[in-house]
Amino acid sequence: MVRYVVRRLLQAIPLLLIISILVFVLMMNAGDPLATLGGRRVTRPADRQRLARQLGLDQPLAMQYLYWLVGNDWTTFDLDLDGVPETAGKRHGVLRGDFGNSLIEKRPVTEVIADRLPNTLILMGAYEVVVIAGALAIGVYSALRQYSVMDHIITTLSFVGYSMPIFLVALLTMYLFAVNFKLWGLPYLPTVGMFEPAAGRTVAQVAWHMVLPVTSLAVISLSGYSRYIRSTMLEVLSQDYVRTARSKGLPRRVVIFVHALKNASLTLVTIVGLDIPSLLAGAVVTERIFAWPGMGRLFLDSLELSDTTVVMGMLMMISVAVIVFQIITDVVYAWLDPRIRYA
Amino acid sequence: MAETILPPPADTVDELESPPLTLRQLTWRRFRRHKMALFGVAMLILLILYSFGGALFVSEEYANRTDTPHIRNAPSIEHPFGTDNTGRDVLARTIYGGQISLLIGLTAMVVETIVGVLIGAIAGYFGGIVDSVLMRFTEAMFNVPQLLWLLVMAKFFAGKIPNLTLLGRTFSGSVVVIVLIIGLTSWMYLARIVRAQFLSLKEHEFVLAARAIGTPRWQIIFQHVLPNTVAPIVVSATLGVANAITSEAYISFLGLGVQAPTATWGNILERANNYIEEAPWLWFFPGMLIVLTVLSINFVGDGLRDALDPRSRAA
Amino acid sequence: MPLLRVQDLRTRFHIPEGTVHAVNGISFDLQECETLALVGESGCGKSVSMLSILQLIPQPPGDIYGGTATYAGLELLGLPESDLEQIRGAEISMIFQEPMTALNPVLTVGRQITESLLTHTAMSRREARDRAAALLEGVGIPDAVRRLRCYPHEFSGGQRQRVMIAMALACDPKVLIADEPTTALDVTIQAQIIELMAALRERTGMAIIWITHDLGVVAGLAQRVIVMYAGFIVEEAPVEDLYADPRHPYTRALLAALPRVDRTRRERLKSIPGAPPNLLVEPQGCPFARRCELVVERCWAENPVLTAVGPNHRAACWIDVITGVPR
Repeated sequence: MVRYVVRRLLQAIPLLLIISILVFVLMMNAGDPLATLGGRRVTRPADRQRLARQLGLDQPLAMQYLYWLVGNDWTTFDLDLDGVPETAGKRHGVLRGDFGNSLIEKRPVTEVIADRLPNTLILMGAYEVVVIAGALAIGVYSALRQYSVMDHIITTLSFVGYSMPIFLVALLTMYLFAVNFKLWGLPYLPTVGMFEPAAGRTVAQVAWHMVLPVTSLAVISLSGYSRYIRSTMLEVLSQDYVRTARSKGLPRRVVIFVHALKNASLTLVTIVGLDIPSLLAGAVVTERIFAWPGMGRLFLDSLELSDTTVVMGMLMMISVAVIVFQIITDVVYAWLDPRIRYA
Repeated sequence: MAETILPPPADTVDELESPPLTLRQLTWRRFRRHKMALFGVAMLILLILYSFGGALFVSEEYANRTDTPHIRNAPSIEHPFGTDNTGRDVLARTIYGGQISLLIGLTAMVVETIVGVLIGAIAGYFGGIVDSVLMRFTEAMFNVPQLLWLLVMAKFFAGKIPNLTLLGRTFSGSVVVIVLIIGLTSWMYLARIVRAQFLSLKEHEFVLAARAIGTPRWQIIFQHVLPNTVAPIVVSATLGVANAITSEAYISFLGLGVQAPTATWGNILERANNYIEEAPWLWFFPGMLIVLTVLSINFVGDGLRDALDPRSRAA
Repeated sequence: MPLLRVQDLRTRFHIPEGTVHAVNGISFDLQECETLALVGESGCGKSVSMLSILQLIPQPPGDIYGGTATYAGLELLGLPESDLEQIRGAEISMIFQEPMTALNPVLTVGRQITESLLTHTAMSRREARDRAAALLEGVGIPDAVRRLRCYPHEFSGGQRQRVMIAMALACDPKVLIADEPTTALDVTIQAQIIELMAALRERTGMAIIWITHDLGVVAGLAQRVIVMYAGFIVEEAPVEDLYADPRHPYTRALLAALPRVDRTRRERLKSIPGAPPNLLVEPQGCPFARRCELVVERCWAENPVLTAVGPNHRAACWIDVITGVPR
């Protein structure tokens, strides 16, 4: 098992390398970091050139990539143009955990991201709980009541839910539960931010503010996964070992929830684990709509304002997270399935 | 001992009556039985009529005409879907927007199918180091969520491609950009499927036979192996259209997609969350159109999947 | 009184192409401690009829629409599920053909045996575990206590079948229905399993219904044989009588088709021409008519009923196969 993990991690290295090159090339040519950094002050050519030299932007692209990756504190640069390199670089490079400074906030990228990360994690945590519990409940129910009216309704709703873009779900729920509830004098859900500034960042406030964003994120996944659980359950229920279990006179409850579900939920592990990428993507849109101060919003804002270091840092971190989650999923799956564990 | 065997009386029913059907007939029959898929087809026809037929009743100029005194007007007789942030008629914009959205969906799908099939086929057929390199690349693309790639690429291409004039109409350069980037970020799934098919099919005897008589490799790939992988490609392409339309909506909603004045369903929705109270028609109508389109395509895709391979039951 | 009495059992399946007439009115008795073999080719309805008795057929698309099945006086068909659960496993057990797929891959073997015990008896967990180990040993699996914690994929094919037998016998059922338990196994393993069943039968005195398409297996184990074809019973006899004096053309053809060690090498193997009838078609006349050497006009029109042709020996044929003359 350890060997397997190590092998996967080693395999991940070329992937991350490829991603880093793609990301770097794309971001360096998108927008104008000089404008971002300097604001309005950088209009004179001499100033621009000086800033460019300070940022190392006058170097060829391949060198810039190298410095970004492994840092430049092992070499010196000629900043005063006297032909003699004298200033040492200050960056340690991505491989040592230094993603540079945010061009806008002038703080290390890692700090900027770390500020927002917990907020997104809270959202993701709640989302996972809702989706797993909901998909299991709905999926099992539909499988047991196959062909019933309820099953058809659920299937149709699932199709619809699955076909809706997140922002539409968000807007619909906002419209219904925030705007109209307010109009109708009902207690309504908040749509902006994590908590009311006046009330402070309490658990209750955050939970209340979380309802709409998590719902928007969860609706689509719930629709998809409940259908998947349903079909997996149906397949499992038609297996020979379920017939054997019934032939032993085991109560229906045991046959369904022990014999069948244990087999069906194996596949759920895989899906949930591999869902993380789309979760992060969904978070981008949802956090923008609900003004939730998380990583998704950070990504979008940084991209729009051409804060290239932050964007590159986030993309690399997300790639690492995705790969790590893939490995974790495989390990968990192997651990849960006795056929693999005791192979 | 034994009497002569009598033939059965004429009226005994023996074999199954109907003659064997061809594969295409069987597939069509299975598709027909899928009521939701048929509904999807009907819905799509209606939507296409709306977007392309509706253009006969309103001109594109009208759809792009701003009217500042009448911004964000509620639906009325004159503007059945209301007006948007610059006074343009939303109904007209959804008609022309529909054309662009549907076209983007279709062309992006073509791009991603070509790329996906090529990469998958080459990787699967040649194997070895070619396969390794291509698959590393595919996985690398996979490891970043598609939306993030799209946003970064949209920013990269922003303003770099000029407006196009085609068939007497002007399209914002961003349309080409969107088609390209959606196509370039959606091919991975298909590439994997095609590669898997090729890996297994290439060991089958009919390939060995073709090689034995000296068929050139390209011919083997395209004429022998590829036709056998049609089913998953067709299903993937269908669902790819839905994914492309949705992706376009996402990035246009976030402001990095198709730029004005060209309308798409997505960019009518841009920043609509800021006006959710005052102007719900801004997001409701284009949103509904998107959902109906994607839903119909999903139905059709589901029906196709069942029809082409009844063993892979989805739900 | 017979332990199990089945009368005019009828089962069909409703599928998009039509209705499959799987079981078309079969009747038989099973006495206590008796071993009955149910013989026929694939698709003749032998498995379906047994599954119908225990109501393990999914309905829909299955449809047990006629007949009765009485166990010790209790009518099984139509019994509510909760009552059936008390019969299954405790009174009537079943083992199946494919031991790999019939055992749950994610539960230990021990768990799969003890859950039967815990459901039907008042044993404690510890007692159940001890009994499970004893059962495993009883079916010839060594190191039973440790093996309780193993998963099905850690056993060989023959061992898995033994595990299934242990599972089925856990609560001392009076009837064991064995659905082709040795078909998927090697011949040598087959012999071992049959030996095991004989020994267990001696020890427990349970009745067995052994479903098979292999006449060779039948001879070693059964006391009585029922031959099925296309959802009907065509012959029923004590085992010696069936082999010595078959009275139905189908049985005779089956026996004639068996390769025999004592025949000369010059003879061709005899097969039965034609194919079984299409079960989607409503049965009319004798199902074997189009493959029968002795067919007469009446065979097409009327399905023969089972009539006595000897002591405890019945056959469903309009012709007396010895003389070739219609009855």
